[in-house]
Amino acid sequence: MKLTVWTYEGPPHVGAMRVATAMKGLHYVLHAPQGDTYADLLFTMIERRNHRPPVTYTTFQARDLGSDTATLFKTACQDAVDRFNPQAIIVGASCTAELIQDDPAGLAETMGLSIPVIPLELPSYSRKENFGADETFYQIVRALAQPQDRTARMTCNILGPTALGFRNRDDVEEITGLLSDLGIDINVVAPLNATPSDIACLPAAHFNVLLYPETGEAAARWLEKTYSQPFTKTVPIGVSATRDFIAEVEAITGLPCKPDESRLRLPWWTSSVDSTYLTGKRVFLFGDGTHVCAMARMARDEMGFEVVGLGCYNREQARAVRGIARELGLEALITDDYLEVEEAIAAASPEMILGTQMERHIGKRLGIPCAVISAPVHVQDYPARYSPIMGFEGANVIFDTLIHPLVMGLEEHLLTMFREDFEFNDAAGPSHHGGHAQMVVSDTSAGNFSVQMNEGPVPDPTSDGNVIWLSDAERELKKIPFFVRGKARRNTEAFAAQKGISQISLDTLYEAKAHYAR
Amino acid sequence: MNDLTPGATGGCRTAPVLKQRGQREVFCGLTGIIWLHRKMQDAFFLVVGSRTCAHLLQSAAGVMIFAEPRFGTAILEEQDLAGMKDAHTELDREVARLLARRPDIRQLFLVGSCPSEVIKIDLARAAERLSQVHAPHVRVLNYSGSGIETTFTEGEDACLASMVPVLKDTAARELLLVGALPDVVEDQMLSLLGQMGIDNIRLLPARRIDDTTAVGPNTVFALTQPFLGETHAALERRGARHIAAPFPFGEEGTTLWLQAIATKFGVSADTFASVTDAPRARARKAILQASEGLRGKSVFFFPDSQLEIPLARFLTRECGMTAIEVGSPYIHDALHGPDLDLLPAGPQISEGQDVDLQLDRARAARPDLTVCSLGLANPLEAEGLTTKWAIELVFTPVHFYEQAGDLAGLFSRPVRRKSLLKLEAAE
Repeated sequence: MKLTVWTYEGPPHVGAMRVATAMKGLHYVLHAPQGDTYADLLFTMIERRNHRPPVTYTTFQARDLGSDTATLFKTACQDAVDRFNPQAIIVGASCTAELIQDDPAGLAETMGLSIPVIPLELPSYSRKENFGADETFYQIVRALAQPQDRTARMTCNILGPTALGFRNRDDVEEITGLLSDLGIDINVVAPLNATPSDIACLPAAHFNVLLYPETGEAAARWLEKTYSQPFTKTVPIGVSATRDFIAEVEAITGLPCKPDESRLRLPWWTSSVDSTYLTGKRVFLFGDGTHVCAMARMARDEMGFEVVGLGCYNREQARAVRGIARELGLEALITDDYLEVEEAIAAASPEMILGTQMERHIGKRLGIPCAVISAPVHVQDYPARYSPIMGFEGANVIFDTLIHPLVMGLEEHLLTMFREDFEFNDAAGPSHHGGHAQMVVSDTSAGNFSVQMNEGPVPDPTSDGNVIWLSDAERELKKIPFFVRGKARRNTEAFAAQKGISQISLDTLYEAKAHYAR
Repeated sequence: MNDLTPGATGGCRTAPVLKQRGQREVFCGLTGIIWLHRKMQDAFFLVVGSRTCAHLLQSAAGVMIFAEPRFGTAILEEQDLAGMKDAHTELDREVARLLARRPDIRQLFLVGSCPSEVIKIDLARAAERLSQVHAPHVRVLNYSGSGIETTFTEGEDACLASMVPVLKDTAARELLLVGALPDVVEDQMLSLLGQMGIDNIRLLPARRIDDTTAVGPNTVFALTQPFLGETHAALERRGARHIAAPFPFGEEGTTLWLQAIATKFGVSADTFASVTDAPRARARKAILQASEGLRGKSVFFFPDSQLEIPLARFLTRECGMTAIEVGSPYIHDALHGPDLDLLPAGPQISEGQDVDLQLDRARAARPDLTVCSLGLANPLEAEGLTTKWAIELVFTPVHFYEQAGDLAGLFSRPVRRKSLLKLEAAE
């Protein structure tokens, strides 16, 4: 038993729903109690889908448990097939149905349906959402892919994009365009918008592009083993990674790959003098392993940030994240405990967080700006506009995304020079965000179908009480803009501790400043 | 006084009820924790369940509204199921850890879920044991919010019902008002009754454990929410008597609800009028304005919260709408009867759901407004229907006079929006 406040991932059957909802012509018959239908709203509300997820829930209740839940399953299954006329169905159980052991797979098999029935075994009490999606997609591919000749032209499949993913819709479009520039056609994109008959055609491609290892790696590995289709290992997030990805495609296909970089703006945007203020900004990254690894490299090499902490919530990617962390001289935080993440961020006191919806809230609570770079995300992170994060346009988008939460360079200087201006002060927040009369630490919940109330403030986690701040130093500290105040406090205390100083005076503050000057 | 007759065509109390069995597109009772944990400021709700339960709570709450809310889920893991660990020992450890970190917590609810019910973790026994361990500082109660036993708002019902047996005894003649209301609404309610001279009032749930809610044979109680059937039964078992009335939605509902209580407490007609005349007039005016876009339009209710019947009564009698179908997860005659009496005959009354068949009926009827759950709203909008998500009706102050206009506004806004948007090319 483990006490959980918030979860980064849902249960594995929600992962299966992400695959089913992404696809067309597939239906998911889920043996589940009344109430599990809540998951529909993830897709219809958060992702704004204009159709119901193709899921039939048996919605059994207590009174059914004594009688015959197996018949209930069979009826629901037959009704779903009759009503929705899918090309194939996947069948499985949610956490409660797993306990009553009705064996949906066996039941569906005995029904003599004329379409493929793909059974799912998703252990609800040991695995989570990403596993559920990865495993479901793998089972679908395994069941439906048919041996066939390769296409005459050079083609690939794009694997991994699902419903409820972070920017998957636009990433697919961007990478499709990039590959087309390189003279490579797309055979099938899956699961997003693929039908079961498209899945059957997967083996016709010459290779696979694995965009999202979290949800597509098992299928990619199986296709490699079974149909000798190599798959790409680089996730094209950032300028360097996109170029590495192209090199990888070149190596696989043997084609000369000359991408069109005319729309790539990040290199100049980040080199132009206005961006000087980004230098050494301390950032903390948290999210799924793939996005965190790619973004950490980008933050350091393409934005000029200093990465002061990073981690992921999905253990499956822990190894990769630990690798990057070592490279950066950091200890990776591998946890799905939200409170632990909050604690680590508070301790690192970064100037910006690159995270998920959860870290957005941590940022609000701690007064640290946050840019969202990974699922899980909320309704405002499903933009109407074209907004990929992969490929060259993706790099441009990320540049904009990462500077938007920050106070701009010259504004930062002015805030430092005239600290106590009643209208223009650090507590007002970045001027381009508008509407802040005072520093906003309270939570304005993004989901407007939620109640909006606040918990009390958090105690300042950076002052440990061992060193005493003398009043003049404390006053001076307050004049430092809030977005660097935490860092100044922390550095000064570390400096004092290192020098064996127990009382911090104005001199100590400025000695520490000189010590840490970059 | 209001005209209590339901009109020439009669009410809906004896109308045939359509009962179908199939997929139900509803929340489970755990969802009630989202408002209950704000209402009871010294309470913590510990769900003993699965990752699905935790995911439901954060999804229904719009993902992470509070950094550390007063609810959490003790997630059952494989070892708990395989019997390798004793669930009760595990639970004791998690509760001890939780209470050590949150010394402000005075009442803890162990909330059963589908998995905990199916594997039969005895939470009543656990609550009894933990109460002894943590008394007198913390009281531990249990109830089930599982989907196999409760539908959405029945979770609040189960929670309040679990508190009834531990309420203090009283022989005093008191009015007990039952149902979790937003604070602002509760204050208005107390003020209206206070002005009529009724001030021996207790609340369930109280905002804090030390607020002395008591019950006894001289207690009379009124429900402020139409989904409190179990609590109703539990209070009657303690000897309290129910004041049946339509629910206090809209000007008419509020007046009839207050009137039923005033009659019970011997409030004079003059006093009643002097207290209610002004807010009644305000409410009528506000409803008139807010319901402009609703007059002559039709409405179709999917089952969600058991608020459907009283709300259909409000929309048909005060906002000029026609009801096509009024679906409710459950219909209790003792609770919903007075509203059904007033609801003009005509609509299909349905209890329970087969969502696909009900969607077929809605598509065929093409109502001007469809009240449905979050999972159905956007898909129906995409089919050209105008919808109102039902959950907002539970998460917004909508009771009593001063909110009557807001309540009408919740329904008229989607209709108004549809008429405002100009997305077609100009001719």
